[in-house]
Amino acid sequence: MSSPTPAMPARRIRVLLAKPGLDGHDQGAKIVARAMMDAGFEVIYTGLRQTPEAVARIALDEDVDVVALSSMAGSHLPFCRKLKPLLEAGGLTDKLWMIGGNLPAQDHGALRELGFAGIFPTGSRLEAVVSYIRENAP
Amino acid sequence: MNDRAPVEPKAVINESGLEVKPLYTRADVDASGGEAMIGAPGEYPFTRGIHRLMYRKQPWTMRQYAGFGNPRDTNQRFKYLIANGQTGLNVAFDLPTQIGLDSDDPLAEGEIGRVGMSIDTLRDFELAFDGIDLDKITVSMTINGAAAIAIAMYLAMAEKRGYDVTKLRGTAQNDILKEFIGRGTWIFPVEPSIRLVGDTIEYCARHAPKYSPVSVCGYHIRESGATPAQEMAYAFCIARAYADEAIRRGLHVDEFAGRLSYNFNIFGNLFEQVAKFRAGRSLWAKIMKEEYKAESPGSMWLRMIAAGGGGGLTFEQPELNIVRGAYYALISALSGTQTMALCSYDEAYTIPTEYSARISLRTMQILIEEMGLTETVDPLGGSWYVETMTNQMRAKMEEIIAETDAEGGIVKLISEGAIQAKVSAQAYRMQQNIESGAFPKVGVNCYRNEHEDEHPVEFHPYNEDDARAQIASLAQVRAERDADAVARALARVGADARDGANVMPAIVDAVKAYASVGEITRELVKVFGRYQEPIRF
Repeated sequence: MSSPTPAMPARRIRVLLAKPGLDGHDQGAKIVARAMMDAGFEVIYTGLRQTPEAVARIALDEDVDVVALSSMAGSHLPFCRKLKPLLEAGGLTDKLWMIGGNLPAQDHGALRELGFAGIFPTGSRLEAVVSYIRENAP
Repeated sequence: MNDRAPVEPKAVINESGLEVKPLYTRADVDASGGEAMIGAPGEYPFTRGIHRLMYRKQPWTMRQYAGFGNPRDTNQRFKYLIANGQTGLNVAFDLPTQIGLDSDDPLAEGEIGRVGMSIDTLRDFELAFDGIDLDKITVSMTINGAAAIAIAMYLAMAEKRGYDVTKLRGTAQNDILKEFIGRGTWIFPVEPSIRLVGDTIEYCARHAPKYSPVSVCGYHIRESGATPAQEMAYAFCIARAYADEAIRRGLHVDEFAGRLSYNFNIFGNLFEQVAKFRAGRSLWAKIMKEEYKAESPGSMWLRMIAAGGGGGLTFEQPELNIVRGAYYALISALSGTQTMALCSYDEAYTIPTEYSARISLRTMQILIEEMGLTETVDPLGGSWYVETMTNQMRAKMEEIIAETDAEGGIVKLISEGAIQAKVSAQAYRMQQNIESGAFPKVGVNCYRNEHEDEHPVEFHPYNEDDARAQIASLAQVRAERDADAVARALARVGADARDGANVMPAIVDAVKAYASVGEITRELVKVFGRYQEPIRF
């Protein structure tokens, strides 16, 4: 059986899902990873305890479209402050930067200013995360 | 007369996979195994409670989880809780401490004192427990990867203050296997981690026999997605792994089993939870008596802390978490737990403020003082529903344990990431069920407020100055201590780890010389290596 060869196979959206810092609560990250895979994205999950340097390096090496962080233990701001210049130095400013987890509303402005455009606090729906990526990934 | 065809009610299946009937009678109790497995409170198999009079003699211990900032901050919170009627302490450590890093480690930046108090040296234990009578209030420590060091520091601190450690009571969580499933504060690979747990059990059995060196923690397994039946079955599998390790060292089961305790979760269906605890008590008693040939009743007791239930709390309409917390406490009381640590309503956001911690304490006090929960033992005993469900939950747990054993045992399955994959797949299904509305969650998928971003939660502040003070305090201890004594003690920790000796005596000497958590951990890492997590979906 022959099938027509597509002229250019559509590239699947590639997402780096990272657990920053020392927080070990990764069930939320794993749930989001499964939802993204079900949505047809390619997901690279880093596992626990990633440094900003490691996150930036993996994002570059894996040529991802989306850099997504999952943070539950309150250290999101110091981490994102360190990650931002590293992502910029890696030429990743055109990628979609996102963060989810235990993120109080009072910190959302600061996260947005750092370039983390997609903010999904605990309680966000999986379909909201997925459709945000579909609509905003470069 | 109604001539329409009778409507069959929709099937109801609880989280553990058991069907719930619209009505129960004695016939259901008989069909599920009868009354034989129930017995009386204080008698084997302890389904109705491990003590004859339970709360009538003494209410449960109130032990709220607390700790933040540096040891001085935490000391003040401890004193506040005690002043408000708390009867036990449950110490939260920050993430650097939990994974064996000093506060001046570059990886600790931004994490010092954030989710618990920071501990670097024995000096910090001295500050944290200053002015607290360790004979009057027992201390439980939530730490696992670095538990051997924390136990050594606690015992050394108590000894320095003149307590007789052979009589000292207290508990360390020290359940490393569950850390690989959920929570993630592991340090060493699986096998040396179990060896360290064995070292603490053996050391405490010989030197601090009233101290509980392990509190097996189904709690986090459930938080990671396990069903109530799996939570308890996996916890028992893990406890058996530690018991096997202790027996391999030549201890008799009755020398240590009486000091093993448990930490369980509470959110979900009230009757399923109560049945879970009643079933769990009788199953653990059976495992200890029949499998391990324990003779002392204390070895067969499922002693436990319950009432956390963090996974049941919601980010939406956080004030409803006060109501949920009250029901969790009620479930715990109906379950016959020894100790409660009730989650505070703001814990979906932040670590508890004094205000929210006090509400949790008052919730438990209302049950004791106003609601009559301490007056009669096992008040749900004899309910045809609860007794049937108890028998069915026990059979379900036995089925899960048999399946785990048949697949190669809990240690192998955790090493391969197989248990992690199983509970994570379940967590995903549960999230989908919540989003679809199949699993109702008030305020989340039904009865939502129009303006969901109006959250009346006051945040516990994070103080960067406390972190700086902690680093300065560590530098001062390093400058003042006897450097040669520290070097000698650390060398012995490494040597004993390499030789396969019990490392606890060397760690106790090292902490007495004010060696730090990070320094001792580095010695152990040189021998044991670090864990590399298998990533499986």
